[in-house]
Amino acid sequence: MEAVNVKNLVKIYGKDKTAVDDISFSVNQGEIFGLIGPDGAGKTSIFRVLTTLLLPDGGSATVDGFDVVKDYKQIRSRVGYMPGKFSLYQDLSVEENLNFFATIFNTTIAENYHLIKDIYVQLEPFKNRRAGQLSGGMKQKLALCCALIHKPVVLFLDEPTTGVDPVSRKEFWEILQQLKEQNITIVVSTPYMDEANRCDRIAMIQSGQLLSVDTPANIIKSYPEQLYAIKANNMHALLKILHEYNQVKSSYAFGEFAHISFKEPKFNPDQAVTYLETKGLQDIELIKTEVTIEDCFIKLL
Amino acid sequence: MKQFLIFIKKEFAHVLRDRKTLLILFGMPVVQILIFGFALTNEVKNAKIVIMDQANDIASQQIISKIRASRYFEIAETIHSPQQIESAFKKGNIRLALIFPAQFNNNLMHQHLAQLQVIADASDPNNATTLTSYISSIIQDYATGIAKTSNIPYRISPEIRFLYNPQLKGAPNYVPGVMALVLMLVCVMMTAVSIVKEKETGTMEILLVSPFSPFKVIVSKAIPYLILSLVNVTSILLLSVFVLDLPINGSILLLFAESTLFIITCLTIGIFISVKTNTMQLAMLISLMGMMLPTILFSGFMFPIENMPVPLQVISNIIPAKWYYIIVKDIMIKGLGFSAFWKETLILVAITVVMMVISLKSFKIRLS
Repeated sequence: MEAVNVKNLVKIYGKDKTAVDDISFSVNQGEIFGLIGPDGAGKTSIFRVLTTLLLPDGGSATVDGFDVVKDYKQIRSRVGYMPGKFSLYQDLSVEENLNFFATIFNTTIAENYHLIKDIYVQLEPFKNRRAGQLSGGMKQKLALCCALIHKPVVLFLDEPTTGVDPVSRKEFWEILQQLKEQNITIVVSTPYMDEANRCDRIAMIQSGQLLSVDTPANIIKSYPEQLYAIKANNMHALLKILHEYNQVKSSYAFGEFAHISFKEPKFNPDQAVTYLETKGLQDIELIKTEVTIEDCFIKLL
Repeated sequence: MKQFLIFIKKEFAHVLRDRKTLLILFGMPVVQILIFGFALTNEVKNAKIVIMDQANDIASQQIISKIRASRYFEIAETIHSPQQIESAFKKGNIRLALIFPAQFNNNLMHQHLAQLQVIADASDPNNATTLTSYISSIIQDYATGIAKTSNIPYRISPEIRFLYNPQLKGAPNYVPGVMALVLMLVCVMMTAVSIVKEKETGTMEILLVSPFSPFKVIVSKAIPYLILSLVNVTSILLLSVFVLDLPINGSILLLFAESTLFIITCLTIGIFISVKTNTMQLAMLISLMGMMLPTILFSGFMFPIENMPVPLQVISNIIPAKWYYIIVKDIMIKGLGFSAFWKETLILVAITVVMMVISLKSFKIRLS
């Protein structure tokens, strides 16, 4: 049985603001499934429908075999949910927050301590500190502990690493990997493309529409062209010229480089360098580069 | 049950850890009682008066010493000619002059009717009326006193009686009003804000996605405020008995029972506001404007309802504070029993039930 099954899901706000437009995907048990997309893509709306917080306007969805509309009560006691915004009681201490959520879910900290142990040892020195006075990374870890304390079947994490420093982000994904080994299904959303590789499978979403669902490796493999990274003394002019160059299939800024692909698979990139030099650019550097999820995402747009 | 207890414990932590909330919760009633009880009373204390005693006999002396003993008047000087009266008033700090004619005691003893003259500074008419009635009641009191010892009906001035409040104390009217006001504010605003706060900070999202049902969330939100409000009622009553010298004439148990009912009414209104709003500012604004203002205007505690135009009198009927105010006055000041205000109690119960049904119906088990 699939942990999550979404069929032709539609969510419309107001009269015509379509947040989720006919999306279908399923999440297997025990996998880390990522919803990847920029802000406003509809990730949070999908999460809220799956956690029974919003009613869908079309289609259907099940979580652990239960319907999100009819069986909302069963779902509410089975899933763990961590909203995008930090949503714990800032005026309660770390320990009080955890104890509160454990009790609300009819369990105790001791009963499921093994699940949160690895995370909680980092929080333990601050257990008497008010949650509002924790750092961003610590807050996320505490929120994760609270979402985990009742041993949920499916864990929904809405942008858990947004606003968290890179080191804490890396730690956070390592924790998710450990949870996966405990056979907890994790559905996680992120606007960071580089985090997509950490997922078993990803769904790429843009403006409420599903672009692709597959493993990150397959998505990268399916990229049809050879990709090059290019740099020159004047990046602004470079992008403008590449855009008008008839041999180029796609070109866009990517960090300190620009990524380009050519229409002809056998096209010799040296020709492009020569061409650009005739246009007055200097210090041109052109190298083959690995395709990333972000490149795939841009291609699908 | 365990869930309930931890939720209530959490709510108490929210209140007790927030100094500002705590200050509003417990500071406000004390300040209001003291302000209304002392500063805003329309009773007059230590008014300066002059006395011209042309009789200088036993009756006039006894009346003067009674006046001197009262805390409302302070005898500034004793004068001997009518011209001095005018100059005394012109100085400005004399409020009242009392003139005993010659033969005062003689008249009283033989004709059983004595006259005396009271001249008041009526530039402040309210003040003048209050003072003349104070002094008449002192004189009246003396006349009844001597009449008791014999069968002869001595009369000095027309009879004036002040029902329920013989000393014309200012506080009795305010205490029930302040109780209604404080409970209204604490219960409505605090519950509304505390529920909306969970919506605003996003914790409501987590609570909804839990086995703890939204209905239980609401109930366990209300209980701490019920308890805190009863603490407030107790502190107001203690203040009024020990600081304002206002005894509770009726049953204290009944007073607490009716207060609990009124608190529940206010809690349901607070819950209703929280269901309908999404931000703390809006919840606070509605609680203040929508609840406090009508409470002050229509409870009868500041402005007599009888003097209002009929449409406003009709509106006043849906203000719960009006009924509670009547009940508290009946118990505290008049010392009446339940049979006197069962109707008012019934109306409060009805308002509570209606509000409860409306809020439960509009309560959402999901977001938006």
